[in-house]
Parts: sequence; structure tokens; C-alpha cells
Amino acid sequence: MGSDRKLRVLIAKPGLDGHDRGARVIARAFRDAGFEVIYTGCHQTPEQIVSTALQEDVDLIGLSILSGAHMYSFPRIMELLKENNAEDITVIGGGIFPTEDIPKLKEIGIKEIFEPGTLLEDIIEWVKTNVKPRGAQTS
Amino acid sequence: MGKKMFSESALERMEKEYKEWLEVYKKALQRVPERLERFSTVSDMEVKALYTPLDIKDKDFFEDIGFPGLYPFTRGVQPSMYRARLWTMRMFAGLGTAEDTNKRFHYLVNHGETGLSTAFDFPTLMGYDTDSPLAKGECGKCGVAIDTIEDMEILFKGLNLEELTTSMTINPPASVIWAMYIANAENQGFDRKKLGGTIQNDCLKEFIAQKTLMLPPEPSLRLVVDTVEFGTYEVPRWNTISISGYHIREAGATAVQELAFTIYDGITYVEECIKRGLDVDAFAGRLSFFWNSHIDFFEEIAKMRASRRMWARIMKERFKAKKPRSMLMRFHTQTAGCSLTAQEPYNNIIRTTTEALAAVLGGTQSLHTNSLDEVYMIPSEEAVTIALRTQQILADEVGVANIIDPLAGSYFVEALTDKMEEEAMAYIRKLDELGGMVEAIEKDFPQMEIADSAYKFQQQVEKGEKIIIGINKFPSPKPDLEILKIDPEVERRQIERTRKFKEKRDKVKLQKCMDELRRRCEGPPCWENNVMPALIDAVRAGATEQEICDLYRDVFGIYTDPGTF
Repeated sequence: MGSDRKLRVLIAKPGLDGHDRGARVIARAFRDAGFEVIYTGCHQTPEQIVSTALQEDVDLIGLSILSGAHMYSFPRIMELLKENNAEDITVIGGGIFPTEDIPKLKEIGIKEIFEPGTLLEDIIEWVKTNVKPRGAQTS
Repeated sequence: MGKKMFSESALERMEKEYKEWLEVYKKALQRVPERLERFSTVSDMEVKALYTPLDIKDKDFFEDIGFPGLYPFTRGVQPSMYRARLWTMRMFAGLGTAEDTNKRFHYLVNHGETGLSTAFDFPTLMGYDTDSPLAKGECGKCGVAIDTIEDMEILFKGLNLEELTTSMTINPPASVIWAMYIANAENQGFDRKKLGGTIQNDCLKEFIAQKTLMLPPEPSLRLVVDTVEFGTYEVPRWNTISISGYHIREAGATAVQELAFTIYDGITYVEECIKRGLDVDAFAGRLSFFWNSHIDFFEEIAKMRASRRMWARIMKERFKAKKPRSMLMRFHTQTAGCSLTAQEPYNNIIRTTTEALAAVLGGTQSLHTNSLDEVYMIPSEEAVTIALRTQQILADEVGVANIIDPLAGSYFVEALTDKMEEEAMAYIRKLDELGGMVEAIEKDFPQMEIADSAYKFQQQVEKGEKIIIGINKFPSPKPDLEILKIDPEVERRQIERTRKFKEKRDKVKLQKCMDELRRRCEGPPCWENNVMPALIDAVRAGATEQEICDLYRDVFGIYTDPGTF
């Protein structure tokens, strides 16, 4: 690890679905795990999400979606991150995904997909292992 | 109150013998201890090992339990309950285009469903047409896309709208969708006075839990009162609001929170309608409710029994309603989506069956049973058939529909019913103190109470204090999900249909209708400014859902999710 800076996390809900139970639960769990958490609330466009991520200088974006519109919003978010030279922000997803979509999402750079029934401690463990504060360890 | 149902001497003996039994019990536990440190419901309400008359010794049979169809309706809203008419079997359905959903409706009716229930896609729920940039990727995914009256016509083609009742899960744009339904039904030759059904139209629980957000609370309530007022005079068989606990519970609330927040939403609607000048006995009979039936069997039955009694007492005492009809809490129930697992999905049939049984024993008026695959997608035809057959088996084979409120008098069920009412009433007093539901929502009170419960439950699951089979006990890998795919072509075709529809409209006539609607929206809320007649004219003249909702947003302002957790 090396850096003392707390990990900054954006929990975001793209699209029009209002199923925010998971997003709010994971936001609290991340906060309790010692991360700094920003939550966008529901109904965010990819543009809004990326703009918040850049403004807040986050290390990780957690996208929560249950509407089935992920094949539109996830690639668009990845595209916008690239356009803004922010590809080093780790992006993960949670919600409901057809099995066949998961490799496609990983291909465009989504680092991990957490599906229904995943325990919070497993997600936190994954983040602690795989995400470092941006800029802190560039060498 | 005094000891109403049991004699002094019987209770004395009971107390003595109960203490003696406790000693026997403790001794037995020395040999084999209890399985759990603490026994509690899924809502974390602690339960004792045994209930006796001592737990209901202060109850008055006539005041608290009574007879079905009579005040306080603890035992059911009709005197005859399911011996005369079974609950309405109403499966929530909506997928792809209006044609696809119409096909599903016919399939369900042909398999014995007795009422329709419409699921709209997210753009429709949020007041956007399919061609909106905000709607990209969403068309037909979680329900059916309805942009115009033409879509509405296709949706209900070949269905007798005077015989079948239709429920529509629609909230901020409820007035618009209802106007399309009424206008289409009349175009098909049906009489609006004979139309039966429900619009969910419960804006308060959107801020609290479901989050289909559009307008701020005040104008949202104004539109709700407009629909209640219009229904009272013009569509008398329609349930103008389905005051919903379902989504509050799915968001993580306990049974008591679901009960309290929902009933308080009901109180708020009644107050607002009275403020408009409506007589409580003129409209209250058309308010209906919607409960979640979660996995904890007795807790749900107790909640439903308590809900009827609470509403009856509130309508009589708080609002001075005179007609028994105004005091009746009629409700729809859906089994709990959040209790299902993607792991070993066939287990969901058992969960849904148990939840449906609780709803029947709780005295529901209509029921949706979740399909085994509903946890991850719009149900397949095979899965929805099993879910519908579950209700039919409960109705015709199991025997539970033959007796009215068979669990009345159970020491446990009665004690739990009382506890539900007692704890929910404490919340209701708290909400009164906060200045009502709109104030409470602005203070984030119900939202945070629910978020606390959701988080606590998840932590209990992680610690193994609450068990979910296939997740934290006998864990099972999630199977590959083959999800019923909505063809992306659906979106393109729908955009095309709406575009063509817009081209055909008489622009001058449409503008006149929209001007009249705007005038009414901008005016003070009253019968002369009721939006419904103007909406019916506007959708007939071809106004799309989004055009009307944009007008609403323009006049009333926009509410966005504050994003607290």
C-alpha cells in the first residue's frame, strides 16, 4: 500500500432504475471499511457520473444497476473516462447481469462484476487488494 | 381495559402453571440448549418460545378482533371473504413492446388469471418517451414502453375492460397514463363509469423508497388529489391510489416500518383530499393499499391483520369517517422479490409459496406471486405459469380459503398483531411530531430509517444471524443466467412508431389542448383546474407521455434524488 491517503470511492447509479438498496448498503459498508465515499443518488447519466468522478478525484467507481441497460451505460462511462485521461480510475459493477455480458464488460475495462448474493466483506476485500490511491504509487 | 376474554381465576391458574412450565423448559434446555442465542423475525422482532392466553389477556374480542366485514375489520374486509369470491389473481406483467405485453396478458388470462397488472419500462415510469436521450438502452427492459394512446390501444387489444380490472404500476406520470387508459377505453366503446382498476399513483413512497422521481412533493400531491377528485365524480369504480408498502419493504424496511410509513402516507393523502374540499366518505372507499409478503410467515399475517385494524381506527377516529366502506383497508399483495435468490432459483418457488400462503391467511384482496426467475429478469412464460399455478393450488387444493381468518385466536398471532399495531402507532406519533410526511421526507427521516434497517439486515446475514439458504448456509454457486433478452430492435421500432404517430397529429388542436392543460396546472388546485379532463383531451389529440411530463416539469419543477445513505 504505502499511501496514507484514504481510498476515495464513488458509488453511482446509471440509468433510470431506482433500485438503490444495494448502492446505499455498499456505500455504508465502504464508509465503515474506512474509505471516503461519495454517492450520486439515482438516475445519473454517464456524463454526470464521469464528471463527478473527476471532480471528486476518486480512485474507484462502483456502478450499481438493475435495469438491464448496462450494455449502454457501462461502455459509455468507460469511453468518457478514456476521453478525460482518467483510465486509471478502477471501475467495478454490481447488480444483475446476464452471464454472457460479463466477459464483454471486462473486455471494455470493468475490473470486476459483483452479482446478487455477494457478501460485503468479499467486495471490501477485493477493493483493498486491487485498488490503490491514484497517483500515490506511480513509480 | 380489564380481563376481557378469560376469567380472573383461569388467568391466575394460567400464570402459575406457565411459571411451572418455564422451569420444565429450562431443564430441557440443560440437556439440549436452544439452537439460537436469540429468536427473531426477519424484521428482527424478538419472539418468545411460547405464547399463552396471558399474552392477550387484555384483549377485548369485540373491540380488537371481532367479525369479518365488521369494524375494526381485523378479520377481513368482507363478511364472506374467500368463501364467496377468491382473491384476484393478478400477475404483474410487462415486457418489450405493447404487442409483446398484450400477448402475455392474453396468455395469463387464458391460464386463469383474473385481473391484469401492467409493468411499464423505466422511461415510461419516469415520464420519458422512448426517443429521449435519457431513455437509451432501457426500452421494454423492465416493462412495456408506452409513449402514446396508440401504444395503449395495442396494449389492451381484445381485452374486455369492463369485465377485467387493470392495475397499473405508475406513479409520477399516473395522471397521464390513466388519461390514456380512459381515453382508449372510451374509444373502444367502454363506459368510464364501468371501468375498474387501480393506478398506483403513490408519490410519497417514491421519495421514501422506490425513487421514480419527477416533481417535488407538493405538486406531486396536487396531481394525486386531482386524480382522486376526478375518480370520485367520473370513474367511480377506480381505485385512485394504491398506497404502497411493497417498495418500502423491498428497500429494506422492517414490517413495522412498512406498516407505519405506508399508513402515514395514507393519512397524508386523506388530509390533502379533505383540504381540497372532498368529503372523506366520498373518496376514502376508493383508496387501496399494497403490501409486501416477506419470508417470515407469521409476521406478515400479523402485519396484514394489524393494518386493517389500524386503518379502520384512524379513519373513524382521526378523520371521523361515517361509512364503514371508508374504513375498509382493501389491499393487493406481492410476494417479496428481495427474499429470492439467484442461487438455486428453484428454491424461490418454495419461498413464494410460503409468502403467498401468508398473504391468503392475511386476507389479501389480490395477489401477485413472483416467478422463480423474477429475481434476475422479467419472468419467462414457464416460470410465470408456475407462479400463477401456485395461487390456484392454494385456492383450490390446500383448503385455506374455506375458513375466514383461521389464525384468529392464536395466542401468538394475536399478540404479534397487537405488537405490530403498537410499534407502528409509535412511528405514526413520531411522524405527527415531525410535522407530517412531507416534512419527514425533507428531513430524510423515513429514508434513513429504512437505510439503517437494510444495512443492519445485511450485516446480520454476513454474521450468519439471519440465514438465506444458498447464500450463507449451504452456499451454492450462482448458475449462468440466461436472461430473457429484449431485442434491441424493440427500441428502434418503438422510436419509429412514436415518430410516425407524432407526424399524423393535428398540431393546432394539440397545441390548444396543451395550452388548456398548462392553464390548469398554473392555476390554483380546484375542480375547475383539475388536470384530468384536459389530459384526456390532450392524449386524444396525440400528446405523448413525455410532452405532458415536460409540461409538468416546466410548471412544477424537478425533484432529483438527494443521494444520501
